[in-house]
Amino acid sequence: MKEFDYRRADGVPGALALHGAAPEARFLGGGTNLVDLMKTGIERPSLLVDVRALPLDGIEATADGGLRIGATATNSDTAAHPEVRRRYPALSQALLAGASGQLRNMATVGGNLLQRTRCGYFSDATGPCNKRVPGSGCPAIEGEHRNHAILGASEHCAATHPSDMAVALAAFDAVVAYETAEGPGETPLADLYPPVGDTPHVETALPAGALITSVTLPPAPVAAASRYRKVRERASFAFAIGSVAAALEVRDGTVQDVRLAFGAVAHRPWRAQTAEEALAGGPATAEAFAAAADAELAAAEPLPDNGYKVPLMRDLVVSVLTELAEEADA
Amino acid sequence: MSPATSSTVTLTVNGEKHTVAVDHRTTLLDALRERLGLTGTKKGCDQGQCGACTVLADGRRTVSCLQLAVAAEGQEVTTIEGVADGDRLHPVQQAFLDLDGYQCGYCTPGQICSAVAVIEEHAAGWPSAATGDVRPDAGAPELTAEEIGERMSGNLCRCGAYASIVQAVAAAARTPGTEAEEATA
Repeated sequence: MKEFDYRRADGVPGALALHGAAPEARFLGGGTNLVDLMKTGIERPSLLVDVRALPLDGIEATADGGLRIGATATNSDTAAHPEVRRRYPALSQALLAGASGQLRNMATVGGNLLQRTRCGYFSDATGPCNKRVPGSGCPAIEGEHRNHAILGASEHCAATHPSDMAVALAAFDAVVAYETAEGPGETPLADLYPPVGDTPHVETALPAGALITSVTLPPAPVAAASRYRKVRERASFAFAIGSVAAALEVRDGTVQDVRLAFGAVAHRPWRAQTAEEALAGGPATAEAFAAAADAELAAAEPLPDNGYKVPLMRDLVVSVLTELAEEADA
Repeated sequence: MSPATSSTVTLTVNGEKHTVAVDHRTTLLDALRERLGLTGTKKGCDQGQCGACTVLADGRRTVSCLQLAVAAEGQEVTTIEGVADGDRLHPVQQAFLDLDGYQCGYCTPGQICSAVAVIEEHAAGWPSAATGDVRPDAGAPELTAEEIGERMSGNLCRCGAYASIVQAVAAAARTPGTEAEEATA
């Protein structure tokens, strides 16, 4: 590990000032990804600005009936929070599907959004990777890519975003708030992760030096009937090979409102808007769910060894929406 | 201030304060073992995947291999050496002994620290990925073998003593004096 300075931030302005004064500074939240990457030399900060103790860990209702989750709220506190579980159960389920109990106690909401891909080539500091060393090439495209992206990838990078939490947040139109030395800003989560194109090393749309302060979920009555389902290669403590966050409101057999987002298929949580539009106002049947999934997945461009994700995602959509429709009926 | 690569920190471990100068790169795990002589906490993978280094920080289980020592200042850290009440074993320790919740023992300190927290998390009503309905109105889930397996999934046992570990955690959760027992009494 490269040597580094460490400072504990005293307030958000202090954190921004410390970060801005060092050339290669990083904010330290739970450290579950950053410290791991520092050990392997993939992250080489000159300064860690510890923001874990900043008073940004509140989870509270907003005036319009939504929910604001502070950036330093831990994954476990967020998953266990009664209002998260009551109003956005798929978010609680997504958090609980990620990592282990120990890591969820350490990991923060802000850090979860900014965690790096687990692509094996990104994690191997000895080889090329367009994310780590722009222009060095992407060995995954012709190499090991069983768990890489089928949507939104480019010839320069097919890495996936590893977060479960972000998939549920994407389904519920979350907005990410941040502070910079120039003042506050916000961005829809949908725009936080820019297109891959030929710049896979540009992983977020945040201004340089920005500190995420909270994530706000707008009110969404449909989210009270929501579910996150994750498929992985072992029963627990593994990254997804495919996942779905879904919410469904049905009246008299007709879809009133539907939210759908996919995980482990793209460089970002993939909001399935094409599928949502196909379903809106139509019948809540397995056939319609399958057709909507097919419409979304028509854009998929699998690599030679990850084509299994197309039927996997289709089956996930059908099973989760069918369950939600049956429960709405009961 | 010029950049520094080490700091003097005061770590609170098992109720005792220790002031040590640490290189910022030092993990809490290495500080516990190499600087404080508390070798009960074990180093397995050193990347947060095996759970052998599990300790409690302010009562929450964490992996000490991904916790920088300098960032642990101010936390109340409890290691396996601090779990018992003097000579009286913690109910989780006693259950691991009674039910053979180990074979070689290397992962056991982490398993026990994790299990102590699992029982408290369950008593506090936390759901898990094995919980069918996470909504608060559904009530707290029973601590079944499936729930224990899911909640303990951050602790690997290469000997494969999982069947006994699950039994030991279940037994400890039923033991008078644990958080779970107090919560339901």
